Amino acid sequence: MFGYMSGTDSEKKTMLTEMGYQSMDQLFHDIPAKVRLIRDLELPTSLSEMELAGHMKALAKRNVTTEEYSCFLGAGAYDHYIPSAVDHIISRSEFYTAYTPYQPEVSQGTLQAIFEYQTMVCELTGMDVANASVYDGATAIAEAANMAGRITRNKEIVISRTVNPQYRKTMHTYARFNGQRIVEADYQKGATDVAELESKINSETAVIIIQNPNFFGAIENVKEIAALAAKHNILLITSVDPISLGVLKPPGELGADIVVGEGQSMGNPLNFGGPYLGFFAAKEKYLRQMPGRIVGQTVDGKGNTGFVLTMQTREQHIRREKATSNICSNQALNALAATVYLTLMGKQGLREVASLCLQKAHYAYSKLTETTIFTPCFPQPFFKEFIVKSRYPLNELNHKLLKHGIIGGYDLGSDYPELENCWLLAVTEKRGREEIDLMVKKAVETA
Amino acid sequence: MSQRLIFEVGKPGRKGHSLPRCDVPVRGIEEIVPEEYLRSSDPELPQVSEVDAIRHFTALSRLNYGVDNGFYPLGSCTMKYNPKINEDVSRLAGFSGVHPALLDCAVQGCLELLYRTDLLLAEITGMARVSLQPAAGAHGELSGLMIMRANHEQNKEEQRKKIIIPDTAHGTNPASAAMVGYEVIEVKTDSRGNIDPAELRQLMSEEVAGLMLTNPSTLGLFEENIIEVAEIVHDSGGLLYYDGANLNAIMGITRPGDMGFDIVHLNLHKTFSTPHGGGGPGSGPVGVKKELVPFLPTPVIQYRNGQYMRDYEQPLSIGQVKSFYGNFAVVAKAYAYIMSMGAKGLRNVSKTAVLNANYLMNKLKEHFYLPYERTCMHEFVLSGQTQKEKGVSTLDMAKRMMDYGFHPPTVYFPLIVKEAMMFEPTETENREVLDEVAEILIRIAREVEESPELVKGAPYRTPIGRLDEVKAVREPILKWTPPRKNNE
Ligand SMILES: Cc1ncc(COP(=O)(O)O)c(C=O)c1O
Repeated sequence: MFGYMSGTDSEKKTMLTEMGYQSMDQLFHDIPAKVRLIRDLELPTSLSEMELAGHMKALAKRNVTTEEYSCFLGAGAYDHYIPSAVDHIISRSEFYTAYTPYQPEVSQGTLQAIFEYQTMVCELTGMDVANASVYDGATAIAEAANMAGRITRNKEIVISRTVNPQYRKTMHTYARFNGQRIVEADYQKGATDVAELESKINSETAVIIIQNPNFFGAIENVKEIAALAAKHNILLITSVDPISLGVLKPPGELGADIVVGEGQSMGNPLNFGGPYLGFFAAKEKYLRQMPGRIVGQTVDGKGNTGFVLTMQTREQHIRREKATSNICSNQALNALAATVYLTLMGKQGLREVASLCLQKAHYAYSKLTETTIFTPCFPQPFFKEFIVKSRYPLNELNHKLLKHGIIGGYDLGSDYPELENCWLLAVTEKRGREEIDLMVKKAVETA
Repeated sequence: MSQRLIFEVGKPGRKGHSLPRCDVPVRGIEEIVPEEYLRSSDPELPQVSEVDAIRHFTALSRLNYGVDNGFYPLGSCTMKYNPKINEDVSRLAGFSGVHPALLDCAVQGCLELLYRTDLLLAEITGMARVSLQPAAGAHGELSGLMIMRANHEQNKEEQRKKIIIPDTAHGTNPASAAMVGYEVIEVKTDSRGNIDPAELRQLMSEEVAGLMLTNPSTLGLFEENIIEVAEIVHDSGGLLYYDGANLNAIMGITRPGDMGFDIVHLNLHKTFSTPHGGGGPGSGPVGVKKELVPFLPTPVIQYRNGQYMRDYEQPLSIGQVKSFYGNFAVVAKAYAYIMSMGAKGLRNVSKTAVLNANYLMNKLKEHFYLPYERTCMHEFVLSGQTQKEKGVSTLDMAKRMMDYGFHPPTVYFPLIVKEAMMFEPTETENREVLDEVAEILIRIAREVEESPELVKGAPYRTPIGRLDEVKAVREPILKWTPPRKNNE
């Protein structure tokens, strides 16, 4: 058992005796005997590298993957194409084996990449400032809600029911303990009911939270909601799908104060739910209330441009209980993947990806709704995801589709009881026409 | 030596991607989406070829220093070697290509991996169950403290809203406490580096929810009064929270559960060898004693009737703390690590980590002030106060270390040690490395005596000199601005 350790047993023994110890156990004399473990941990016998690889492959084989199946499932995690170059860059160990760039002189690679990432997030969202990432789309919203509470000194959060249910659940968990109150506003015809939203606003309200495209895939009228927020002098948080920003108007132009979102779509694999990244951007006037790491440009003694972690008086290591957030480690490598992804896609590529998703999703939608099994659900314009209502129970449908190598859509009934048998499908640029046709055909045959 | 920004590299029309052509009938976009929703101009993203992109990011990577480049004794961060096989097996398509919303029957391999890791970590820490959902250490703290509060509320003890945290604690501890609505009471560390039981007894009351402790502490010292400390907290109805950032010192030797802790978080990106990624992703599992299992985040992964499943039916659960089930690919690396180490391997890790730390400490203690003269655990803290009297700060010495080709230790933490330098060599280093590092540090101590200006001007051999952090705050430049916008 080498345990990735470099020193040999005899070497260690010499080190020990040189220090005047007789045994390794003496090094642990500060640990009271009463709490010592006097047996071995009960763990499986250690595996050699070869055995480990075999064991892991055996586990991996027992999963359905987008590699072999045609995926129409989205609901917050998307099967987009990842250019090969992304993994090659993030696999460079100078990047992945480094810690947080506390020492800028030996961390310019990470720091500059984050600076580039911040720039790209601002460009996409139309915002002034962005941080280096938070854990994911769900915690990004929870952090943003906290931030809005600090800015407005109000405690009530009004959130649309069209926001991803997992994000709302996460917000409820955070709010239960931090003193915020969450009020949910219903939707109408698949988009936030603006009149209902307004009726929930009162003098305690800090912020409105929406998602665009929303959880149903529909495009919200962000501008109208932003106007509502402005009218009541409260903030607007918008959670966005970054790929959609290849064609959709950036929320910054529409009046959002804080823009967050799940960044997985940008060059990060599905990975059974993580690691992903939460991107986080805001108007400049809120900079000092932002959570998380921020990188800034500066110069060294000779006037060379360089990058450092900055605005750190917001953070836990300085402010402790008064910090804007407890976040320390974030999702740096995932943000690097997103940066490489956006670099490769570039100005036109992102528009192309977004257009492909849009076209293919609409093709799939029209094919499905041409059948007698599926009917339209909502009239809203949508981006890459949409809902159809099925005459056939979805659980069975999805199980049967799997047998044909197809990962069906998301069953909305579990999160929205009123949407029983409503099927949420995502169509990315990866789905070809034949795959879409086959999915429709098999779905109809099954039913 | 600065590297141009990627935005300054490209030319209009250059492309780094290749996408399939659209094989479905194309409709006019305005037909599909109302024009008012559409973007009027493209975002200013780079326009580069694939080779431009690769060269750019490769050049950036070369400005970095990672564990694979050399010694990285960043205290409290456990920068051990990251085994390569773990990278490979966590990237298998059978994991990376798995959609998290798939049905249970389609993801049995992933669920089994999570379930097994849960139980392995429970055994290592002496807890009953572990949730792998938290994304990093701080997120584990947050979840653990939520569990603490939910438990007190369930017991009709809502008034327990204060938490005791030692002055040596990491900043995330008080910050997490504040996020769950706790008021932080700081307890002082005594001259041996322990909590003073008498003071703790005084601080305890019906309003105290519990004590948050890092053991070994951030001084690298084992809490000698741990049994008494645990008794004091439990006797007055509080719970004990274990910050597991320093678990690397004690695996297979003692367990938080056996010491009396009720809630534990771990940093898989420290103890369990998953790489830190330049700042993340990490993974911060939270484990609890049996009585607290009902409060764990949902879903809990269960094994029933021969099937692994996601269990959301936990009425007392604090709920979800993020999307899905945690940083799965990071968990997979930690799982692979534990499977390749086994019980004896993990104990050997901790023993060697402690040996290496003591070895380096012993070599350095004559040259730098050692505030706590005890056998250390996996890390130790020196003070640069002697050198500071000569006008050379710990920061100066840290920068000088870079000139000799290795990463500095953690500096200015913990806060209670002046000019602190916290060294954590980890178990993966051998004697030659430690000897060489000790030699260099001793040489730097000599330089402080003989040519302090030399040390104050360091570093000289890094890609860039010391950066003006004050300017960065005063005149914040937080993104690149395209020239056209400059002219506006
Ligand atoms: C003692 C201690 N606690 C908590 C943390 C926070 O961990 P993370 O960065 O994973 O959130 C750290 C990280 O440096 C630490 O050293």
